Amino acid sequence: MDFFTLQDFYTYTKGIAYILIVATLIGMAVFWLYLTDHESDDQE
Amino acid sequence: MFKLKEVLNRSLLTPFNLVAGIIILMGLVITALRFTGGLAAVTNLSDYNPWGLWIGFDLLCGVALAAGGYVTSAAVYIFGIKKYHSAVRPAILTGFLGYALVVLALSYDVGRPWRLHFPFFVQAGTTSVLFEVGACVLLYLIVLFIEFTPAASEWLGFRRARNLVVRLTMLLTILGVILSTLHQSSLGALFLIAPSKLHPLWYSQYIPVFFFISSILAGLSMVIFEGTLSHRYFAEKMDEAHLREKKDVVFGFGKAASFVLAAYFAIKVFGITMDNNWHYLSTGYGAWFLVELLGFVALPCLLYSIGVRDRSIKVIQWAAAWTVLGIVVNRFNVCLVAFNWHLPSSERYFPSWMEIGLSLFIVTVGVVVFKFIVTYMPVLYEHPDYKTPHP
Repeated sequence: MDFFTLQDFYTYTKGIAYILIVATLIGMAVFWLYLTDHESDDQE
Repeated sequence: MFKLKEVLNRSLLTPFNLVAGIIILMGLVITALRFTGGLAAVTNLSDYNPWGLWIGFDLLCGVALAAGGYVTSAAVYIFGIKKYHSAVRPAILTGFLGYALVVLALSYDVGRPWRLHFPFFVQAGTTSVLFEVGACVLLYLIVLFIEFTPAASEWLGFRRARNLVVRLTMLLTILGVILSTLHQSSLGALFLIAPSKLHPLWYSQYIPVFFFISSILAGLSMVIFEGTLSHRYFAEKMDEAHLREKKDVVFGFGKAASFVLAAYFAIKVFGITMDNNWHYLSTGYGAWFLVELLGFVALPCLLYSIGVRDRSIKVIQWAAAWTVLGIVVNRFNVCLVAFNWHLPSSERYFPSWMEIGLSLFIVTVGVVVFKFIVTYMPVLYEHPDYKTPHP
């Protein structure tokens, strides 16, 4: 990937970062459910 | 109370005492050489590599692994998770000894320990990140000392002093969390000044955040790791509450560590993304970076989660030990391996055997003092005279 301006660079890196942020937020919520769902089974 | 007669009647020639004695003797010889011959007499440090093993291991790893104190006391006193109460005193003790040994190691590295107060009272460089680290470590060491005094006071029978400190628990915990947040991240911020020296995969504008988040998981893992060893070697010292709460501590801290490791993995990937360093991953340093990221972050995260879900204490304990090793690897990478990465190998730093010996000496001193304290003071059990509920 070639960058000719600073804006090119930030558009590229921030673009990927925003996609990762959304994926991380969803992933962390799912991971928390994975870690804790057996606890509700235990309580039942 | 400490009974000298009892100690003298016991055989002192145990394998532990023998090995510890030899290491301490070696450490004393290196100490004499260090303070009479200077750094050059015992270290491989140079102008290119002014920070070596004593900073990379004794200080950076020591501070990170001593984070169990603030993590545990915050969990119990601030978040009110009382089922981890039995883990507080061992964690505070580990933290206190960790920080005390950091200061001891720093005295060897900096030299002239009688001038240790100079940065605060004589030539304060208040605009320096290093000043902030020094000030926070000093203040936090004092806080940890005060937090630990109830155990010592119960042992010595100083009831009033003990009760006074117990009333200050919440204040001390808050102070501990603030000071830890400041200096754990600032230790990473120290490297912000060297963007051209630290390899781009480890250098990031977010390195203070990396250091702080990794200190949390170091603290969580260290509490589990230290608890594992204590249950193995000091089980007879533990009261019913300690034995009963062991499972809660392991599963609770294991779950938290797994989650924090996942978050840490994510922000490390953000670090690569924000500086667009993906192309470095195909180099030799990239391979080593991936070993750290996948082997010492993703793998223990997975192990912790399996342990929590399968209710396997063994898996969590292995994950904790692996994470502790991972923290050491990370701090070594930042301070030693990836630092000055562009220099030819002839100019690269490798510690001398005396530097390694002194680090071993410092760890041994910590283990010996820890053993003495948990043997005589009410750390792993409630003192019979102070059984009433206390924070």
